[in-house]
Amino acid sequence: MRQQVLVLYLSTSALDSPVVGWSRYDGTGRTRPTAGDSDEPPYGTGLDALLDGWRLFQASQLLPPQSGHEYDVSFLKHEFFFEKLEETSAR
Amino acid sequence: MENDHHRTISAHYRAARGPYVRRMPTSKHLLTSVQVARFVAQGFLRLDGVVPRETNERAIAALAEGLPGVPYGTPLSEAFPPGTFGRELLDLPVVAGAVESLVGPGPTVDHHAVHVREPHEGHAQDLHADAIIDVRPDAFDIQLMYYPHEVTAEMGGTLSVPGSHLRRINETDIGRVQNLRGQTRLTCPAGTVVLVHHGIWHGGRRNDTARRRYMYKLRLNPTVPQVRLWDTADLHDPAVTAELDTHFPWYEQATGRLEIHNRALLWRALTVDPSFDIEYWVTRVSNRPALRSHA
Repeated sequence: MRQQVLVLYLSTSALDSPVVGWSRYDGTGRTRPTAGDSDEPPYGTGLDALLDGWRLFQASQLLPPQSGHEYDVSFLKHEFFFEKLEETSAR
Repeated sequence: MENDHHRTISAHYRAARGPYVRRMPTSKHLLTSVQVARFVAQGFLRLDGVVPRETNERAIAALAEGLPGVPYGTPLSEAFPPGTFGRELLDLPVVAGAVESLVGPGPTVDHHAVHVREPHEGHAQDLHADAIIDVRPDAFDIQLMYYPHEVTAEMGGTLSVPGSHLRRINETDIGRVQNLRGQTRLTCPAGTVVLVHHGIWHGGRRNDTARRRYMYKLRLNPTVPQVRLWDTADLHDPAVTAELDTHFPWYEQATGRLEIHNRALLWRALTVDPSFDIEYWVTRVSNRPALRSHA
């Protein structure tokens, strides 16, 4: 079994909100996703990924802004990790 | 010589906006307020195909050989001898005007480097911002990126993320992120120059061709306050606010509002106009009547 990982960055903390960013990591070794390799997201929302069989295994916590840094912007806040497990021949 | 390009504005105007000297159009190719506002919103400015073919050819040969180092802090005017592609590039009126509009006269060289994307190298650079986290509220460096040959979609032209420059991140800590809606995958004609804010998220993309892809990068530090260094004749054009109010497709719904708030603060710093705002974002949250009360 090998793990396919999909990371979706969503517009809000709601899993059914629009995808604004995405990454792929392929544990089967069949593909080599990398930075800047596509302009269109694989799904419109996080929920669309669930509907296509991806399993959610991590979601970013909702953290209140630090006092004095309420207007700072940094990493994308709403990060969701999904996986699919795939059978592969031993390598 | 700098004063040749200024004139004092009227007393009436000064009373309304505070004391300052208005930068006027000159024979220099200074940027307009709308162009600088676009830079403040997007974090970059593109000048497509502005470098002549002869300079591009000289640059390609020099980049292939490698460049001599320039010590940190060298005045730009002393960094590149006559006859070098660097001198020709920085002396182009359109480039010189854009540089002066953003970092002012007399900038110093931070460093320069040749960036190469090797043929069929199989991977891209992680998305990153250069140097280290840099959150100066009233100053910024620019990086000049120069592409002496055509960059096609397959050649690994720089990936950059419009509107990312005010995000507080440190170098490759964002490397996990591969793609963002509205990202720019640069394709350009030979002789293109892109000026970017030091904080822009970017990375060299995978080169899927058999040809090396060169990019020359030059980081410049300002030595003067970055206040109204451009042609300010259109400072109050509504198009300025429209540029600053640009929303990018990768912004989260809520954080996107903070981006506009933070841009308004940067524009205030660049114009020394403490009343400037966009959609009341700054004014609303800084309104504290109790601090003005004498009761």
